[in-house]
Amino acid sequence: MIRAKQARALALLGALAILMTACSTTGAPSGGGQVADVGKPFVFASTQFTPVIEQENMRKKILADYKGAGVDFITDQEAVILDRISAEAKAGGQGQIGVVGLENGQFSSLAAAGAFEDLSKLADKQKDRKIPQDMLTLGKFGGNTQVYVPWMQATYFLVANKKALQYLPTGADVNALTYRQLIDWAKNISDKTGQRRFGFPLGAGTTPGLIHRLIQGYFYPSYTGGLVTTFKNADAVAMWNDLKELWKYSNPQSTTYGVLQEPLQSEEIWLGIDHAARMIEVLKAKPDDFVAVPAPAGPKGRYYMSVVIGLAIPKTTPNRTGGEALIDHLLKPETQLITLRENSFFPVVDVKLPDDLNKGLKLEADAVAKQANAKDAKVVPLPVGLGAKGGEFNTAITNTFVRIVVKNEPIQTVLNEQGAIVQKAITDANAKCWGPDGTSSGPCQVK
Amino acid sequence: MRARAERFLPFALLLPAVAFLALLIVIPMIQALILAVIAEGGGFTLEHFERMAGDVNFSDAWRNTLLLLILIVPLQIVLALVMALLINSRFRGHGFFLYVYAIPLAISDLAAGILWLAVFTERGYLNSSLQGAGLIQQPILFLSFENLPGILTAIVVAESWRATAIVLLILIAGLQLIPRDFFEAADVFGAGRFRRTIHVVLPLLRPSLQSALIIRTIFAFQTFAVVFALAGRNMPVLAGEAYVWYAANRNEHLAAAYAVLLLGLTIVATVVYLRVLGLREAEVAR
Repeated sequence: MIRAKQARALALLGALAILMTACSTTGAPSGGGQVADVGKPFVFASTQFTPVIEQENMRKKILADYKGAGVDFITDQEAVILDRISAEAKAGGQGQIGVVGLENGQFSSLAAAGAFEDLSKLADKQKDRKIPQDMLTLGKFGGNTQVYVPWMQATYFLVANKKALQYLPTGADVNALTYRQLIDWAKNISDKTGQRRFGFPLGAGTTPGLIHRLIQGYFYPSYTGGLVTTFKNADAVAMWNDLKELWKYSNPQSTTYGVLQEPLQSEEIWLGIDHAARMIEVLKAKPDDFVAVPAPAGPKGRYYMSVVIGLAIPKTTPNRTGGEALIDHLLKPETQLITLRENSFFPVVDVKLPDDLNKGLKLEADAVAKQANAKDAKVVPLPVGLGAKGGEFNTAITNTFVRIVVKNEPIQTVLNEQGAIVQKAITDANAKCWGPDGTSSGPCQVK
Repeated sequence: MRARAERFLPFALLLPAVAFLALLIVIPMIQALILAVIAEGGGFTLEHFERMAGDVNFSDAWRNTLLLLILIVPLQIVLALVMALLINSRFRGHGFFLYVYAIPLAISDLAAGILWLAVFTERGYLNSSLQGAGLIQQPILFLSFENLPGILTAIVVAESWRATAIVLLILIAGLQLIPRDFFEAADVFGAGRFRRTIHVVLPLLRPSLQSALIIRTIFAFQTFAVVFALAGRNMPVLAGEAYVWYAANRNEHLAAAYAVLLLGLTIVATVVYLRVLGLREAEVAR
């Protein structure tokens, strides 16, 4: 009898506890205290900050001083987030998403469908913060409406363990390498230590590697001066031959590497090119053991990819002024510095980096500056205009690498076959040429 | 009145399960079937199946899926059977082993994959232990793309560790259903432990073995998280391709085509098991 009573009391307590937590979480803003009449809470949906730590930093630190309507920050893989945004856009009326934070290229199909509010006025108000004009222009997608306001930026560069420096080929300057020198460097290491220490981010696990970005923004343009319009030409064949050579001196477990900071930290590799946010942990943990330097140059120049992430407000927003207040908060110089400190994305507003910046971040900031200011530097944006076909395009590019380099299939055959798949994705998306390929009237043509 | 209510009772009791199956299994299945044969602009097409069959990874995915199935399922059934018989012999502390064996059940596929990645990677636990013990000088690259047997072994070990427990539980439940009198009768006729297992336990365990095989084979067709974590791009499998086409390539039609193919394979496998291990009427009634 007593036991039954106790059990009932416990159950009641449990139910009460659940009820109380439910009450306390609904409707409460996740950042700061509530100010009078800030409007409806809304969702901030982004393809960035997917690692759990970055999400926590976003909710607890970047939004800490934000005092507006309740914000529920959600993040997931590109497909999931874009599906959700387009679902709300198609449903019309009022949705839940108030602000979106996407990469430049991820906006294009939604922007073309007119899913976003014009943020020209908001951009004007940000004038004092001196966001670079070319970034703002990127956010207009060739039209007059400001589809997004730039939020933060990132890039990719080369990180090397200092133990590798003694094997640098003679005459090579680590801050101005060529791909030829990089191959010789990796070969030297392999010859002298018996270990293959270059790493490619080729993994396909929970956090898939960004090899397609290296091919699109670094290897192809640096060797051929283009990507789509030079996909199958003689320069491209020379590039693939070089990559095959580099692969000989690369860690054969590269096919499992999602982010290079892990094999760099365990010293499975000494050299690798990856996204800034995917190297920061090792640079923060062992800033004295590593150098961060510009990506190498090819015959056509030192091309590098600039990742611009922008903020936009969907037309179905439940709270437009709330969304604008959030964007304003995210663009404050102090918030931009917090974003850099916590999640290692670089500011788009004019702000002096503090002297007490973490050593690892300092390494990255210097590498970014050296890369952008190199005299042969040329910048490439993320693919533009592919929309929903972006995934197929990326996979076709990655498969080209896997077939030629990993599986050792004949270069020209693979380029012809994969070229057809690349062309189909571009034609289906009706994407014009972008970046190093120049412009085109119809869909960009694989050549 | 009462008799009528009683006649409907079984149906009423079945209703929640039927509704659940319809909502979460049958409807999505039909949707997948439709997606797989609908062109992007509408209208019937077999284009998605043609594209699937012509994809670079298709033949590899097909080969790897079957290879893993052939390697993993028999191994797991044998392992689980041995473990089940061991636990069912009720030695001192058998409960402890049951709990230990069942732990992997509570771990998600992907977590299991990442766990084993930490074991098998170049600087992983296995290599450090072997090096620490002085057995090897240089770490062995188990997961190198040049070492397919190594990758395959790692996946088989990880999958066996992860999913043998479910087979084990089904078999233990089956073992416990066997009436004690059969064993007593076997004892009376002088059967030893071994003969008892061969002639009494295994035949009576057949229905459970059948369910275990069906469930395990279906799971084997669905395997991909462990493979993704351990092999990355080195070992495409069918379920993984469905995921890639949906999540990375955002082409739900091709993903659905893969799903339909897997559905077909699963149905074929199930029918084969039902036929080969066919139950006689009496056993079904039991």
